[in-house]
Amino acid sequence: MSAVVDTHAEEEHHAHGPAKGITRWLFTTNHKDIGTMYLIFSFTMFLLAGSFAMVIRAELFEPGMQLVRPEFFNQMTTMHGLTMIFGAIMPAFVGLANWQIPMMIGAPDMALPRLNNWSFWLLVAGFVLLESTLFMPGGAPNFGWTAYAPLSTTYGPPSTTYFIFAVHMMGISSIMGAINIIATILNLRAPGMTLMKMPLFVWTWLITAFLLIAVMPVLAGTVTMMLMDIHFHTSFFNAAGGGDPVMYQHIFWFFGHPEVYIMILPAFGIISEIIPTFARKKLFGYTSMVYAVASIAFLSFVVWAHHMFTVGMPVAGEIFFMYTTMLIAVPTGVKVFNWVATMFRGSMTFETPMLFAIAFVVLFSIGGFSGLMLAIAPADFQYQDTYFVVAHFHYVLVSGALFGIFAAVYYWLPKWSGRMYDETLGKTHFWLSFIGMNVTFFPMHFLGLAGMPRRIPDYALQFTDFNQVASVGAFLFGATQLIFLFLVIKTVRAGEPATAKVWEGSHGLEWDLPSPAPYHSWTTPPVVD
Amino acid sequence: MASKDHYYVPDHSVWPLVATVGLFTLLASTGTIMINYTAGKPSSTAWFFLIVAIGLMVFMLFGWFGRVVKESRARLYNEQVDKSFRWGMSWFIFSEVMFFLAFFGALFYVREFALPWLSGHGGRADTALLWPHFTYNWPLLKNPDPQLFQGPKSGVDAWGIAFFNTILLVTSSVTVTIAHKCLKSNNRRGLTVWLALTIVLGMTFLGCQAYEYHHVYTALGMNLGAGIYSTTFFMLTGFHGLHVTIGAITLTVMLVRVLRGHFSPDYHFGFEAASWYWHFVDVVWICLFVFVYIL
Repeated sequence: MSAVVDTHAEEEHHAHGPAKGITRWLFTTNHKDIGTMYLIFSFTMFLLAGSFAMVIRAELFEPGMQLVRPEFFNQMTTMHGLTMIFGAIMPAFVGLANWQIPMMIGAPDMALPRLNNWSFWLLVAGFVLLESTLFMPGGAPNFGWTAYAPLSTTYGPPSTTYFIFAVHMMGISSIMGAINIIATILNLRAPGMTLMKMPLFVWTWLITAFLLIAVMPVLAGTVTMMLMDIHFHTSFFNAAGGGDPVMYQHIFWFFGHPEVYIMILPAFGIISEIIPTFARKKLFGYTSMVYAVASIAFLSFVVWAHHMFTVGMPVAGEIFFMYTTMLIAVPTGVKVFNWVATMFRGSMTFETPMLFAIAFVVLFSIGGFSGLMLAIAPADFQYQDTYFVVAHFHYVLVSGALFGIFAAVYYWLPKWSGRMYDETLGKTHFWLSFIGMNVTFFPMHFLGLAGMPRRIPDYALQFTDFNQVASVGAFLFGATQLIFLFLVIKTVRAGEPATAKVWEGSHGLEWDLPSPAPYHSWTTPPVVD
Repeated sequence: MASKDHYYVPDHSVWPLVATVGLFTLLASTGTIMINYTAGKPSSTAWFFLIVAIGLMVFMLFGWFGRVVKESRARLYNEQVDKSFRWGMSWFIFSEVMFFLAFFGALFYVREFALPWLSGHGGRADTALLWPHFTYNWPLLKNPDPQLFQGPKSGVDAWGIAFFNTILLVTSSVTVTIAHKCLKSNNRRGLTVWLALTIVLGMTFLGCQAYEYHHVYTALGMNLGAGIYSTTFFMLTGFHGLHVTIGAITLTVMLVRVLRGHFSPDYHFGFEAASWYWHFVDVVWICLFVFVYIL
């Protein structure tokens, strides 16, 4: 194995362990270092975007204008969405992929390690540019994360241009990261690990990476059209020149719908790893799980206009997009059924990762059902752009994507750090998050059905009670996340040593490695039978 | 040698960070220049940073790719690494295809939906209330609001320069394949000649396109502000031209490497990747020729 490094005089002294100091992190090509940086970055962005949400909930605590000006409120909703989606959720999954995929498939590292480093630092650069718009004259983008034209073109603040270029950087980062993940999965599996023997987390990431490569360039195209409309008088989204602002929404959502599955499919994979471990049973219906994820990914390309039922579309379009959307419930139902069937008559224990996983199954289903309600075009005319939509996508993104990420961190943190987290603190974090999340978002269903519009800093008096409940829940949820921060620091510094297997029921290649996993995971590939 | 069985994992590298700083500076300064341009303000500092950024990016490209070439020449890459590069390049090209698809999608949408509706036909004909006298023709010479967007005098001819360019680019796809065949049969002279010919064809294509741009700008009054016909024409052909430029530069690098004696009949993925890219550029052009020029 030394030949790998010996032929390479200039770099050889780094070969067996991390370099010292800051260069370890700046120049690293190691999947674990990069994974760690992704996770730390995403948690930082989570706290930042969370503080934007706190501003929103504080302003909405009472009707009338109290704390911020409406323009700033709009900047907060926009930046909260953008930062959570592109800065917190997506990078967290990429961080998990970086840590886990090479360990789970028996690879030495990611397939293209230098590209991997570039993906990470480019993302940071993108966010430096995006967040700096908050301090610019005219303020940050204020048109919502969806950046509909002409709000973003004719009426956008000057910083829109930086927003566009920041999105370009994040897009390049995502595409390069996804290419890396696909190349790793397709090329670096241990001998004997056929595609249908891959862990589901790896499967879901393979499909997610495909979605990323397919739709991030479309987003790049969309924002490029915006850029040209703003500065060079083109007429993509201007009907006076023969374009169409509605076209912006079509192209945006052609990206946007697969994008929401990019944020949930890896969580499906995580839950499919965790439930069998703590139910001490094999995953029920492995093959159907794989096909279900693939069908969901395929369907994600033909449902985009369900975001635009009220915008103006021929009736045939409304019906088509309504039916395709409802079809998604079928493979999703298969997955929920399989998770429940895996738990059925299992000898279950309820450690923190399992609690998050079970909460995921229950609460994500609630989000799925409200999604079905929204899918019905004639009913959607009532719900469109109300708090019902906000409630729906926070049930799938907070108790879906985010709980999935938390579950994964609790599940694999002992493997990464070699130390066990504090179970009592973990359970406290779970229960407070669970309560805070539901107290925040459940009342929003009622607000929405009663007609409260989203993205508005003021509201009519009759919405006050539910808004106050939601705000209290949000503050609880926000404060709870500091427990998580404390827990992770405490684990890494002073946790009890963990065994290699960590969990009684764990299975898979990553548990064959010692805890903490060595700097270079599988220098000789294991054989899978 | 053990590297035959071991996947080569490069150690610390400074290039990704240089690329990050370079791209950040490039985009931030470009953005500043654009904002100032639209606001009618000068932007000398931003221009300075833009030039620095371009220098940094060129430096990075030489450094990073130079590093990869060196490692490849030292045979640090075994077959499995080669396969990663193949997957990487294929999926990168797929991402480029999707980028173009967004612009083709826009063209399709305005022609099939938005404009017919604006002129009172089809499923959402109520938008015709906006400009009651608007009629839809393609090429769209009279925009819905001719005051804001003065249309061009006529559409671009498909069977002149564009047709000639099609022949050029299709031929260049053939010549690069012949060059590849020569490389595989170790015919270095043939390789050099056919590869050089490919680059000449590519450059001629770009020259012709520049001439066409000049022609439609001056004689037909087409510019980015002349409505959706000109918008889609310039954006689609412009991005394609940019990709031809990148492809031609890549092929030129390959030519230099060939002249320096790089590549062997069974070990030449750099060359293959460049030729894949060239074929992709060619296919995009054929779609452009059909959907932008002919139809």
